[in-house]
Amino acid sequence: MSVALFGMDRADIGLAGLAASGGLIAVGVGISFWRGLGLERSLLWAALRALIQLLIVGWALQLVVDPNDSLIWSGVWLLFMLAFAAWTTAQRAAEVPKVFALSLLAYALSGVVTLGVLFGFQVYELEGRTIVPLAGIVVGNSLSATVLVSRQILEAASEQRGVIEGRLALGLSARDAFQPHLQRALRTALVPQIETTKAVGIVALPGAMVGLILAGVDPADAVMVQISVMYLVLGSVATTTTVMMMAFHANSSHLLNSSVDSDAVTLCLAQCDRAVAWLAAWNVLAW
Amino acid sequence: MASSTGFSLLEVAAGPAEAPILTDITVDLPEHGITVIVGPSGSGKSTLLRLLNRLDDPVGGAITWRDEALSAMPPPTLRRQVGTIFQRAPLFEGSVLDNFRVADPEVSGERGRHVLEHVGLSAGLLDRDAATLSGGEAQRMCVARALLTRPEVLLADEPTAALDIDARIAVEGLARQLADEGIAVLWVSHDTDQVRRLADHVLAIVDGKVAAFGHLSELDMHADPIVRRLIGAPA
Repeated sequence: MSVALFGMDRADIGLAGLAASGGLIAVGVGISFWRGLGLERSLLWAALRALIQLLIVGWALQLVVDPNDSLIWSGVWLLFMLAFAAWTTAQRAAEVPKVFALSLLAYALSGVVTLGVLFGFQVYELEGRTIVPLAGIVVGNSLSATVLVSRQILEAASEQRGVIEGRLALGLSARDAFQPHLQRALRTALVPQIETTKAVGIVALPGAMVGLILAGVDPADAVMVQISVMYLVLGSVATTTTVMMMAFHANSSHLLNSSVDSDAVTLCLAQCDRAVAWLAAWNVLAW
Repeated sequence: MASSTGFSLLEVAAGPAEAPILTDITVDLPEHGITVIVGPSGSGKSTLLRLLNRLDDPVGGAITWRDEALSAMPPPTLRRQVGTIFQRAPLFEGSVLDNFRVADPEVSGERGRHVLEHVGLSAGLLDRDAATLSGGEAQRMCVARALLTRPEVLLADEPTAALDIDARIAVEGLARQLADEGIAVLWVSHDTDQVRRLADHVLAIVDGKVAAFGHLSELDMHADPIVRRLIGAPA
């Protein structure tokens, strides 16, 4: 399947349209003022910040989506996204040793798997116009799931310590003692995405599809794109959280401050490196 | 001092390196009977117990078990020989049998029922959801679970602190039964009545150091009044 994204009508709402949609913010501010919520300043700041951020991103995207530009710029953009996502994860789960390297690896592996399939099977053409937005979807969705799974695991290491030590005291390794909590955290991270995927089109019309329809694309084509995006999101979240779970699994002893398997992280990194290399080779073959 | 030594601690320090909870602990713990570890709150009793199954490692000194350095023993191997029961019984999800299978994945229903009866519980509890057990039943189920690894020592960290008197007496009776069967019991307590009921030997820890160690009757005449108070020595 190759979706034609070119030749679509441009959706130009103009400054007047932008200002009119901004009026909705004024409604929100008015309600906040009326009900004494004290959110006026936050609403205005959020709206202004989103406007500035997206204008900058829109300007920067023009640099990479031009078919005449080198794909190197898309690659640079991609690397920046990966590094930023890993840095964000490291900020949210600072207690986990080597979390920056582990999450960077997880995002990279997720990108290789999901984008490898989409580009390898030529669902989309390999160009800046497709690489950057699709990678953004992969990294953005993986980021929230990874932070969620990381926090869940850290909470388990703290709040369920008695139960985990109960398993350790029976002679289980740190990895085995922690395994049920890792599985629970992974389920917690994946279930919302699965539910969202099941409810799509019934409860809500997803953003990519709405955007394409507003831009004048035929709804049937928009649906095809949306389905591929949903699968992309589900696949990327599953891949990233699974890699993170493997890393946490190898890292269990550190999390529990126990005296077992201190070299486990290094071992896991080596295993993941091999997995990345294997998948890269697979993608080359897929081309 | 007992003639047969299980754990030997030599100049052991534990806790944060900059402010150890335990310092200079040197003692040989007997391999038989019940040794009760007493001391004021925060004196390091539980910390000491956690060193013996390597839930924590010392920051100084050396610990051996039957002349083998603990630091050289893989923790999972050590922990199957040195069972532990905690103040709050850690219950795993599922039935009592599911709990047993964490200790021994191969355990049969027959063995499960046998070990339940061994700790004074009804064999009919095997299929009960572990979360529905009473406090006393849960603690005895944890002892049964620990017995499935066939330990030679049982560490007990104030296991009756949260139990009513009947359940407390039942768990104490179980400890005595296991000691009589040859499983050494190291039991942390701050209940002087319990010390009098249970102890063959007593190790008194005060301010992170060994204040006294010996047979209960010996310590009844100890010169330090704090030690005598900790074991409820007759006036």
